[in-house]
Amino acid sequence: MADATASGVSHRRLVSYIDRTREYYQALGYEHPYRWARHQSSPFQPLVKPLRESTLAIVTTASLAAPEGFSEDAPLGRKELYSMPTRPVPEWFFTQDLSWHKEATHTDDPASFFPAREFQSLVEQGRLGSLAQRSWGVPTDFSQRRTRELDAPRILEGMREDEVDVAVLVPL
Amino acid sequence: MSLVARHLEASGITTIVVGSARDIVEECAVPRFLFTDFPLGNPCGKPYDRDMQRQIAEMTLDVLESARFPQTTVQTPFAWDDEDWRETVARIDPEKLEELREMGERRRALQDETRAARVRTA
Repeated sequence: MADATASGVSHRRLVSYIDRTREYYQALGYEHPYRWARHQSSPFQPLVKPLRESTLAIVTTASLAAPEGFSEDAPLGRKELYSMPTRPVPEWFFTQDLSWHKEATHTDDPASFFPAREFQSLVEQGRLGSLAQRSWGVPTDFSQRRTRELDAPRILEGMREDEVDVAVLVPL
Repeated sequence: MSLVARHLEASGITTIVVGSARDIVEECAVPRFLFTDFPLGNPCGKPYDRDMQRQIAEMTLDVLESARFPQTTVQTPFAWDDEDWRETVARIDPEKLEELREMGERRRALQDETRAARVRTA
């Protein structure tokens, strides 16, 4: 039992991002805490065909350029949903506006959050059918309504055009 | 992002979220979630660690095939080099409270402006 600790724990190890967001927004002077989406259940679509015959698309929260209006002072800017060719795999993404852990890590290697190269290898090995011709970038929008009613339906439409079977969504 | 996964899944596309903010994804309830307990930023593996990135991509496909029920979370076996990062997530430095409040003011102004611009274009 190499993993066992004699001392036990008094606090859980997992970070609660919901708690940290609430405390952070409070410090920013917001009157009400941000309310994250909560559901009791989830839809479920089993694979319709084997992965070796399936087309896979990637969705990221990173951008190809700084959003309009972005500044270090007010790191929000205005972002729009976008699509991009999956190949050649982008060598760089703009991520400065996203809430990744800037003291602990970096995003200089796109493969650490945008797995196109690895999935392409799996296509070449015959494990996966193909990579969709387009990948998608979604704004991490303050407005869940906008995500549900505008961005998600547009991604769905694009994925249907590209005959996508499987989507891998990677929030930073 | 989890909301997008739910929408796609409900429309017939099989989805998986690959991420590191476990509570946010699980509260939203998604069909499949591959979780790596890393600081946010590298959910597909440590930067430049191709072996780990390959393994996480393979696990992503494994979970797509093996999940039989919605809200399936699978955790990868990887750990960050140290545990210090947990304490510094969105850390609020008491000496910077005024600075944070001012940043909040600027954000709210920008959000008001964005909302007004959307109303104009709608």
